[in-house]
Amino acid sequence: MPERTLAVLTLEGVRVTVPAGTTVLAALQNAGLSPLRRSLSGEARGALCGMGSCSECRAVVDGLTVRTCLTPVHDGQSVQRLGIVNREV
Amino acid sequence: MKAIVIGGGLVGAACADALARHSALNGQAARVTVLEPGPVGGGATAAGMGHLVVMDDSPAQLALTARSLELWEALAPALPSQADYHGCGTLWVASDEEELAAVEPKRRAYLAAGREATLLDAAELARAEPNLRPGLAGALRVPGDSVVYAPVVAQFLLERAGATVRREAVAELRDGGVRLESGEMLRADVVVVANGIGAVSLLPGLPLRQRKGHLLITERGPIHVHHQLVELGYLKSAHGNDEDSVAFNVQPRPTGQLLIGSSRQFEQPDREIDWPLLRRMLRRAAEFLPALENISALRIWTGQRCASPDHLPLVGPHPHLDGVFLATGHEGLGITTALGTAELLAAQVFGVPSELLAHDFTPARFDRLPEVAHA
Amino acid sequence: MKSDLWDAVVVGAGPAGLMAALTAAQGGLRVLLLDAQPTAGGQIWRGAAAGQKGAAGDLLRDVASHPGITVLSGAEVIAAEAGKPHVLTVTSPAGLTHVHAARVILCTGATERFLPFDGWTLPGVVGAGGLQAMSKGGLDVRGKRVVVAGSGPLLLAVAAGLRQKGARVLAVAEQAGLPGVAAFGVTAARLPGKATEALELAAGLRGVPYWADCAVVRASGQDQLQTVTLRRGRREVTLACDYLAVGFGLMPETRVAALLGCSLDAQGAVDVNVWQATGVSGIYAAGEVCGIGGVDGALLEGFVAGCAASGQINRLHDAPRRAEIQRRFQTVLERSFALRPDRLPIPSPHTIVCRCEDVRHGDLQGFTNWTAAKLQTRCGMGACQGRVCGPVTETLYGWRFGGVRAPLAPLPLSQLLAEPTVLGPP
Repeated sequence: MPERTLAVLTLEGVRVTVPAGTTVLAALQNAGLSPLRRSLSGEARGALCGMGSCSECRAVVDGLTVRTCLTPVHDGQSVQRLGIVNREV
Repeated sequence: MKAIVIGGGLVGAACADALARHSALNGQAARVTVLEPGPVGGGATAAGMGHLVVMDDSPAQLALTARSLELWEALAPALPSQADYHGCGTLWVASDEEELAAVEPKRRAYLAAGREATLLDAAELARAEPNLRPGLAGALRVPGDSVVYAPVVAQFLLERAGATVRREAVAELRDGGVRLESGEMLRADVVVVANGIGAVSLLPGLPLRQRKGHLLITERGPIHVHHQLVELGYLKSAHGNDEDSVAFNVQPRPTGQLLIGSSRQFEQPDREIDWPLLRRMLRRAAEFLPALENISALRIWTGQRCASPDHLPLVGPHPHLDGVFLATGHEGLGITTALGTAELLAAQVFGVPSELLAHDFTPARFDRLPEVAHA
Repeated sequence: MKSDLWDAVVVGAGPAGLMAALTAAQGGLRVLLLDAQPTAGGQIWRGAAAGQKGAAGDLLRDVASHPGITVLSGAEVIAAEAGKPHVLTVTSPAGLTHVHAARVILCTGATERFLPFDGWTLPGVVGAGGLQAMSKGGLDVRGKRVVVAGSGPLLLAVAAGLRQKGARVLAVAEQAGLPGVAAFGVTAARLPGKATEALELAAGLRGVPYWADCAVVRASGQDQLQTVTLRRGRREVTLACDYLAVGFGLMPETRVAALLGCSLDAQGAVDVNVWQATGVSGIYAAGEVCGIGGVDGALLEGFVAGCAASGQINRLHDAPRRAEIQRRFQTVLERSFALRPDRLPIPSPHTIVCRCEDVRHGDLQGFTNWTAAKLQTRCGMGACQGRVCGPVTETLYGWRFGGVRAPLAPLPLSQLLAEPTVLGPP
């Protein structure tokens, strides 16, 4: 088993260290950042499909909205939940 | 009165509504049947931007768009919230002093048509739309312009008209009615051909051409735009001739998304995305709104405008066919001018006054109009 | 002049795609293997390392080390046009790339079917395969209370996998009846390899209640899942839990196939002949995209497609017989876990159907087709473009979801603004 390396990223201003190979989604979930977003009518939402279909896990990573379940963590990444950047009405 | 409207887009729905209301005013119950093989508002009505915008390419266009905007303002309180009617206004953006110089005559024309319009200098423009690139010369602000989600309005107007919608295609226009593709004959006092470019299959030789456009809608936020933004160059660069052309036109939708246009191409009847042309269109948009680089596209689609040679719609009686009226050829202004078109049509059918009668929108203004096509 | 034409482009690096790529490369083709996920292996082998013990490790190693194969991970096909050559447009963090292919082998796998019930939008309600994928992506499930529900053999694999990672699986709630599930178990036990698999699964699930004939009623909680209510017979059972992992079987992921003009069968799978060829010249398909049948069938179909695409007919001697066995397995699977209307969740008028645009079950009454409903309610117009609610409306209302068009995934405008590159063989 090769030794797992670590990545240091910033989740809403907080520096966290996670194993490389983790998805940004898992990093958000493990940090307890829920809900990931608010729906149009204000409902709390979290990830659903885990494989890139549903778009529920969108978050802003380094300025771009991405599906976090498809996005691997890497050093220096900055992650914001959607609701924080874009207060959807 | 029995009326048939061919086409369940916004123009057809508005005509159905106007016929029903004017008929009721005359003390006659109207029975309006709308023939639409597809979903209501599923053609050019759904494909377009849904802008409600005053344009002054010609006096007739100014009169039609300005009157239509008044009618939209009157209709707005009755619309369901899903119609997304949003009075965001338009900014006609001037890139340089030359374009800015063209603003003053435009402003005076709008004022003369009863539409408010104010000049913004460079600093005022930057304050109004901070996401526009620095260095623009100014803009004409037209606060009365709006955006709307047209398919919902089409459905609303059809319901208000009490129209019967039949999912049928028309095979042929006949004296006093139509023959459906199913073979059935329907009779009516008035037949309105309002099926956009589809009118050409019923009346071959109508001077109408398809003009393809591309649109792209983004994800929601985080870039905020407050007005519909159009480049003044739209008038000169874009869309004046037969070449493929693009122009900057971005709209804030009430959903928080941005709708990005526009492109024009003649003789491209397919629905395919022309990726290089799309790139040109987006580059033009990003020249004005550099922050577009940081958002994603959700959906890209194309649609076909139905264009006449003088860029004005054909509204009025067919010169050779009794009881047949046309309401087609609206090119990129079908949503804006649907309500004015319907008023004009009702004026022609019922002989009631309308200021729009001062301009010639009738099909007869073109020398050559075909006889009815017999299958 | 260097040619930009690939002999074969394989879309999807799960078991079928890996096998198809390897087989085609062994036949002398220059192969590009595209995959949307950050690493190869597909959902089933997600996180497996090249060279680790077992079939996954061997295949990943062989693909990685074959000089005829180029692997591009994190790459999603967003547009596709059949022709000579076939042209795929691919998005990846590097931008938009055009790929020209003499042959395309579609191994796009499957996605999970979701059905709506009150509370299904709460954080903590996730797909069954979804939670498995999240766990493989690094989600810590240790000590979490999980209810696994819905339908299909995947539920068992998910439950066993989560348990292995330290989750407390409270129950597996299957909508199918016991006779069906038992018939499936008997058939699976007769197939080579599947008996061992089944035993391992059973061992991994010792002590976990398995409830057949069980329907999901609702999920409850304030901004986060707190309890799940299930119906067993006429009795309702409410369980406090951290996750409800719920899926109603798998659906072939046919969107790229649809853009290429491949026809689908009545089950919504890509139509292929015995050589895994679709009706479109030069386009093959293998694995779950051709019907849900599990990893063994996928490997076999990938092998057949790889052979057929590279003209290695001599290698196919007993493949048709083996494929027949797998197809029988597939049929039993479909029959055993067929969705039963009286065991499916029942949405209330207030239940969300389209999660992106918050369109509710009640809003969709009175419409007769997808397009009209979409135009009037915005159902399917949001971020996922109907990937979740399209199939829901097929099950609930019997509509035909016709929403497949380019781009197949959200596309950064920065990529559309730049000149696309062309990726050719090395």
